[in-house]
Formats: sequence, C-alpha cells, structure tokens
Amino acid sequence: MGHAYTPGLRVAAETVVRRERRLPLKGDVCVVAGAAVGPESVIARCVLPGNVQTVNLAAKLGVDPAAVGGTLLKPVGSAVALDETIAEAKAMFGLMRNRVASPADGTLESVSSVTGQLLVRERPIPVEVNAYVRGHVAEVLPGEGAVVESRAALVQGIFGVGGETNGRLAIATSGPGQSLEASHLKPEHRGAVVVGGDHVTHATVLKARELGVRALVVGGFDDRDLRQLLGRDLGVAITGQEELGITLVLTEGFGRIGMAARTWELLNAHAGKVASVSGATQIRAGVLRPEILIPLDERAGAHASEAEGGTLEVGSFVRVIRQPWFGRLGCVVELPAELAALDTEARVRVLVVEFADDRTRATVPRANVERLAG
Amino acid sequence: MIPAPESIRSILATDCGSTTTKAILIERGAEGYRLVTRGEAPTTVEAPFEDVTRGVLNAVREVEELRGRKLLDGDRILTPQSGDDGVDLYLSTSSAGGGLQMMVSGLVLQMTGESAQRAALGAGAIVMDVIALNDGRRAHEKVRRLRQLRPDMILISGGTDGGDVKRVTEMAEIIAAADPRARLGAGYELPVIFAGNQSAAANVTACLGSKTALSVVPNLRPSLEREHLGPARDAIHELFMEHVMAHAPGYKKLMTWSPVPIMPTPGAVGLIIEKVAKRDRLAVVGVDIGGATTDVFSVFRVPGAADDATVFNRTVSANLGMSYSVSNVMAEAGIANILRWVPFAVDEVELRNRIKNKMIRPTTIPQTLEDLVIEQAISREALRLSFEQHKALAVGLKGKQTARDISDVLDQTASGSSLVDLVDLGLLVGSGGVLSHAPRRAQAMLMMIDAFLPEGITELAVDSIFMTPQLGVLSTVHETAATQVFERDCLVFLGPCVAPIGSAKPGAPCVTVEWAPESGAPSRHTVAFGTLLRVPTAGERGKLTATPERGFDLGAGKGKPVARTVRAGVVGLVVDARGRRPFALPEEPAARIARLREWNRALDLYPREV
Repeated sequence: MGHAYTPGLRVAAETVVRRERRLPLKGDVCVVAGAAVGPESVIARCVLPGNVQTVNLAAKLGVDPAAVGGTLLKPVGSAVALDETIAEAKAMFGLMRNRVASPADGTLESVSSVTGQLLVRERPIPVEVNAYVRGHVAEVLPGEGAVVESRAALVQGIFGVGGETNGRLAIATSGPGQSLEASHLKPEHRGAVVVGGDHVTHATVLKARELGVRALVVGGFDDRDLRQLLGRDLGVAITGQEELGITLVLTEGFGRIGMAARTWELLNAHAGKVASVSGATQIRAGVLRPEILIPLDERAGAHASEAEGGTLEVGSFVRVIRQPWFGRLGCVVELPAELAALDTEARVRVLVVEFADDRTRATVPRANVERLAG
Repeated sequence: MIPAPESIRSILATDCGSTTTKAILIERGAEGYRLVTRGEAPTTVEAPFEDVTRGVLNAVREVEELRGRKLLDGDRILTPQSGDDGVDLYLSTSSAGGGLQMMVSGLVLQMTGESAQRAALGAGAIVMDVIALNDGRRAHEKVRRLRQLRPDMILISGGTDGGDVKRVTEMAEIIAAADPRARLGAGYELPVIFAGNQSAAANVTACLGSKTALSVVPNLRPSLEREHLGPARDAIHELFMEHVMAHAPGYKKLMTWSPVPIMPTPGAVGLIIEKVAKRDRLAVVGVDIGGATTDVFSVFRVPGAADDATVFNRTVSANLGMSYSVSNVMAEAGIANILRWVPFAVDEVELRNRIKNKMIRPTTIPQTLEDLVIEQAISREALRLSFEQHKALAVGLKGKQTARDISDVLDQTASGSSLVDLVDLGLLVGSGGVLSHAPRRAQAMLMMIDAFLPEGITELAVDSIFMTPQLGVLSTVHETAATQVFERDCLVFLGPCVAPIGSAKPGAPCVTVEWAPESGAPSRHTVAFGTLLRVPTAGERGKLTATPERGFDLGAGKGKPVARTVRAGVVGLVVDARGRRPFALPEEPAARIARLREWNRALDLYPREV
C-alpha cells in the first residue's frame, strides 16, 4: 500500500498545547512554574524604550557643535519635561539668551559635539504579555516570559485576521452548511466566540462587531469582503496585528465552503465553554495558523502530544483543496506509484478519491488534497 | 583546503533553500564535467530539527541511492574521492531562514542610498529598508523602523571621500540610538559595515564601535562620479559567514564540511550570470521566480563606453512570487492586468478567491488547463512587475557624467537613466517552477516574451532544474566545470525571438526572417503585424537574418536588416510581430480573447483551445 505525506490542519478533541508567551525585550516575569493561569493573567511585563526626538542644538542656539555640551542645563541622563528649558546660550554679544525647550517628556539621551544634535528619549512604554489560554505555567523563561501549557480541544483554521481574544463559545447556525447571517446574531452573543457555517459576508462581520462579538469562526469568506474589512488588498499572508475590533477565523478557505463535519461537531460539543482564539496567520517560515483552543479540565497523567504525522494512505479521509473539485470530501481509494498526466499535461503523483456525497471517483494530484482526520 | 582544479574528478554541491535542500553530483568524464544526478529533501533549519545538516545529508543520501555510489560516511561527506567512493569537492549555498536580510543607509536616498542598496542586493541580500537623511521620515521614525525590522546586518554609506562628515555622523548617531539587535538572536552583536566617507570613519567608530560588530571598508561612492561596490560586497559575504551563518542552526557544522565559504543563494546566481555574460560578450538578464520572491539579474554594456565595460545589477522583489506572495501580485498588478492574459471570461469574485486559496495552500498545483492558464497569467504580471522594479534600480549614477562598475572605473553617459536596453539584450534566462516546469516549453517562452517584451533579436532559455546557485559558487573555484555544466545540463535553450519595434495596422507587412541552420534547409517567412509565428529550428545553431519593413526597427535603424548567429532551441524561432513601444492588447474583451487564442494556436501553446 502506498502512502504519502500531506499537510493537514489539526482538529483534536483533546491535546496538550504549549504556548510561548514572550516579551519583545527583556523584562520581569510575574509567574512561577506550576502556577495556574487564566487567559488574562499577566505573565510578564517590560518597558520599551521611548521614541527618540532630535534637537539641533547647534543651529537653534547659534553655537559651534563642539560647544553644545556646555549649553545643557542638566547633565545627560537627566529627566526632562515637555517644554522645559534644557539648554541656553548667550547671543547678541551677551545681551540676549537663546533657549531651547524639550520637545517631549523623557530623558536627555546624548549630545554630539560633531553634529551638534541632542537626543531626547521619550518616556518608556509599558508592555504586558498575558497567558492567552487557561492552563498552568510549564516553564519560566527568565526575563522573557513563560510557556503556558493547557489540556485543550484544538481547532486550527486555515486563515484568520485579528489578534488574540477569548470568550464563550456560541453556535449560531443550524449546521455546518448554513451561512452565518446577520439575523443569527443576538444580543447574548456580546463577548462571545460565535461559530457559523459555510460563509459569512462583510456586512454580517460588521454587525457582529457592533454587537460586541469577540470572534467569528466560519468555513469561508470572500476575498472581496476581506478587502473591504481590511481597507486594502492583503498581499502577503502575515496577519494577527490588525486592529479590527473582532477576530475572524476561516476553517476552510476563501469562498463558500461548508465547515468540515469534525470541526463543526467538536465546536458544538463545547458550546458554552470559554475558548481562546487567535487570528494570527503566517504561511511562510514556520507556518503559523489561526486557532481555537477550548481548555479542558486539568488532569494528571499521560500527556498527548500536539505534534501529528500526516501520512496519506488508502482509506484516509481528505478534502480536495483546488479546482475542479475544490472543497469536496472523500476517501482515498488508490495511491498509484507511477506519475499520471493531468489535463494540463503535467506529469505528477496522484491519488484516486471516492467522494463521500455521491460515491463518484476522481483522480487528483496528491499536492491538491489535505487530510482531514486528526 | 581547496584541491587544484585539474585534480577534481567529482563535485557535490547543495543549495539549502527556505523549503527544499537540493543536491547535485557532477562528475568528470570523457567529454568534461557533466551533471550525473540530483536529489532533494526538505530543509531542516527550523523546528523540530533546527539543524541544516540533516536536510543536506538527506538530499545527499538520495543522490547516493540514485547514483549507486557511497558519498557519506555516517554523518559526514566523504572527501576526497577514493576509488568510487566520496567526492573531491563539496560546496554549498544557502537562502534558508529567509536569506540575508539587510538594512542600508545613505545620506541622499537617490545617491549613496541607491549605491548602498545595489551593493547589498549584488551580494545576495534582501534589502528591508533604505534609510537616508532625505527619506521623509523624522529621526524617531527611523529609530523605530530600525528596531522593528531586526535585520541581519546594516550597511552604512554616505558622503564622498573628503566630503560631508557631520551628516554621516548624524546617521551613525541615529543607528546608535536605535540600538538595533540581530534577527537570529541576542547571542551576538549586530554586524554593521561602514562604507562611507573615510574621514567620518573615526566618528562612526566612536558611535557604533562598542555597540555593534563594526567593520570599516573603503567608500562605496568615493566620488559622485564613481561607485566602488566590490569591498562592501566582499565584507557582506564575509560577515554573512562569520556572524549570520555561524549562528544559524547547524551551519557551524556545515561550514566545516566545505573548504569554500557558504554563499547566499542569489549572490551565487549573480556570479554565474556575470561569467556567462563576460564569456559570450552578451547582455544577459536572468530571472528566478519563486513562491515568495522574484530575483532579477542583469549584465548590460555601459552606454557610451569605449570598451566592453559592463554593469551587473541584481534586484529582489521580496513580495512577488507564485505561492506565498501570489496574492500580492494581484494587489500590485490589479485584477485587470492579470485578466488581460486570460483567453476566457472569469468571474472576479471567483478569481480573487482562487488566488487567496493558492496563497493559504501554497503547495497546490493546477489540475485543469484553465487553472494553468490563470496561473501563467499571474506569472506574466509577477515577472513584468519584478522587471519594472529592476529597471528602476539598474540605472546610471544619479549626478552627472559618471563612471560606475563593480570592478572599477567606467564611463557612462546618461545620469540616472536605466541601463536596461532591451535591443541590446542577447540572452534571457528564466528559472523557477512556473517557467522550468511549464508542461510545454513554448509556454515558458511566451510567458517571458509577454513579461519582458524583448526587442530586436534575443535568445531565450530556462534553467532546467534550478542549479545555478550551486554552479555559481562552483565558478569561484572551478570555472571550467561550472560553465560546462551550465551550458550542457543546466540551460535548456528555447530559441531566438525576433521582435520589431514599431506599430502598424493589423495584417500589414512587418518583418521578413530567414533562418539558415548549420545543417538542413533554409527557410524564409514574411510575418504580418499583430501576429506571432513559430518556426521549428533543427540543429544546434543557425544564421538568423531579419529584415523589418519601413517603419519598424530591429536595433539597426528603421527598415534595416539585422543578422546574427544564434542557438536553435527546443521551441524554435518565434517571430513576435505584435508591436513594441507600445505593445498593446485589444481593449474590447471579445477582440482580446480572439487575439490571445490566435497567438496560443500559433505557438501550439496548449493541448486544446481554452
């Protein structure tokens, strides 16, 4: 029996996830190993150095760059306030004094005797990193953050926009093949993670945001609507930093595509529980996919691994991910070893799939399927 | 130690790409050096392996199995060759982990800023940003940008020798204020190269010497009239090895396997393009269209130069590619520009979704002919945009009557005008999946013709399996082996293209071509304006004579014939009488579709009409 490797998105009823929560710069870690954490618990905090403002002291005071150091009223490193006089020099044969005010609250960073420039660094910017998902601290990364571990149900999406959030899981449509319409959204969905069916429109996303829905999880979305939502064409799939007021996770792709039954059933089984959601997607370099994590009760004992093999075999359940059978589901019935010619005349490795809905068969390039069973 | 070239019987070379590590085995036989087999394996620079040598060993193991020769001794490449075991030379290139990412700075964006950018690109880097005093950003915005991007290396230029010291120091102060950190971790100091006004070197050292791993090299723009990029490029290669590569997972080990320094992949490709251009005395353009980026390399003669002086340029379009970046091609080119190449009606919402689905599932391939045609339409736009970006950077020095070359003093006429002269272009080489793996070679040829719009007579070729990087690094130690394999096993010549400049009414006479192969019967063809003609070319070479009608120009003047001995190709001679300057497709959809179908038939592009 032949087999092949195919990437598949993870859908797991129970697994152990580990999420690294790191600061952008070194700072203070606020948790200890083993501590229980909620999604909003602060793991670590630091201060980012403030922005730098330049002041051309030599030009403003009319002195030689080599002499600007002597014009400072406070030594380098001192705190200064916005509009506070920080340097002065005599002008007009000593009859007048030219003064320079600080352009910001901050500290005097440095002064150059070559360029006559003074650098004022603005106040530091505080940054906090939260736990994102309920669990416990598995490892402390000294000065940087911690690894949070959680026993959870996991659904990986294929694409998302918007940052990390969390909320109660609410199922809004009657099935995985029904579109999420504005009429499905109710006031009780405020603060929730709402699960829809095969599709959502831009107008419905806006309605959800207006209602205070934190995240939407649906099968598909049109790129035309994504453009409207972002206000631009998305060129490269690096997302997660958008400030949209809502997070959107697509489980299947672009267009109208029914949510895979397994995903739908798993999310339904956990309706009402709190889920952590991230829309962050990065296809290149270290592939990051959006996710929905539903923490389960912590249990001692064996830890299931989050990693998963992706071997494709006869009997594997797959979804076709490219035309002409895009989105259709079926079972692999043959994995021929020899190359086969496509309609394009390209000769590639293929498989034969039997579609679940009508039992018809089709030959598909192996590169164009993804395994669905987790 | 590098063995003497004449003693080398076999060479193993790998290229560690972002996703795949490719190995080739070259052996010396009766007819010189030939590629004998190749293997590949996934690159293992990222988790869970985090050791590039695993992927290298896997790729070499595949070569071992295919060739039936022992090349490995456990986890070590066997060198030198002993009997049938091992190889005499092992070498490698790398673009894994996103390649070499740099920031460059200059005083004036269009002058030293542009020169610094050319130096970094020529060395094989991706330039993340160019910072200059006149870039429109305030100091704190520059500082923030430097902090956000976390480059592998920074190149500082600015000021001609003996010129401005103050403003060069000011730039160094801005960089010092940012206190930039290296991308690959905090374990080493960020390499910074200063290649600006040498009188400012002491001040720059005072600012940055204690905060970064600073190297001072000769000025890359010693005067407004001269560019001297060699020392800065060499320093980039050296620091790439010493700092960046030495800290990437597994590279320390890999470096000990080869006596030749590991080279950034695009830098190696540039080397071989330069060597071919020099050897054949041709202006050459090379393009490599990948999933995420498209690299363009060119070697053109210096306009007005008395001798055969040439200028090499390389640009990388970091977000123009056929999978990860395919959606950005749509964003930059616009849907209408993609659809103009598609000979059937496509719903825009459907097309947008298809393109996004390719972006999120980048490894899928077209199964239907219609899907292939759409993918090839997108590639035309990706190539066109990358070439536009190349032409904008491959320009003469902005200033005055100038001199510029990677090696040294040359003369140039126009100030800031593009060096890319399509009439002068002798050879256009394409590589990357969409070109190298096009089901019919004619498809690759027309994609390149449509995107680059060559003028006059131009030969076209594709890199059969993308082994130019390995051959580029090989050329630094064994030029003969590199060029032999490049000619015999790497390049697939598609054929020459004849494209007259001018316009007329459709159907009017445009050009007459005579093809006289070295062996076989000559043929003569008169081609009407608005059409394409494909003439099969037998043999290896032939004499091509093209006589344009009055009003059309092939480079020698309107109505004047041009003759050249050219290589035949697997596609044949293509006469492109669709017009240049401008080249235009019909606006009206039905007329455009009819014309596209006519051209597809003329080149026998697809197995059926689409």
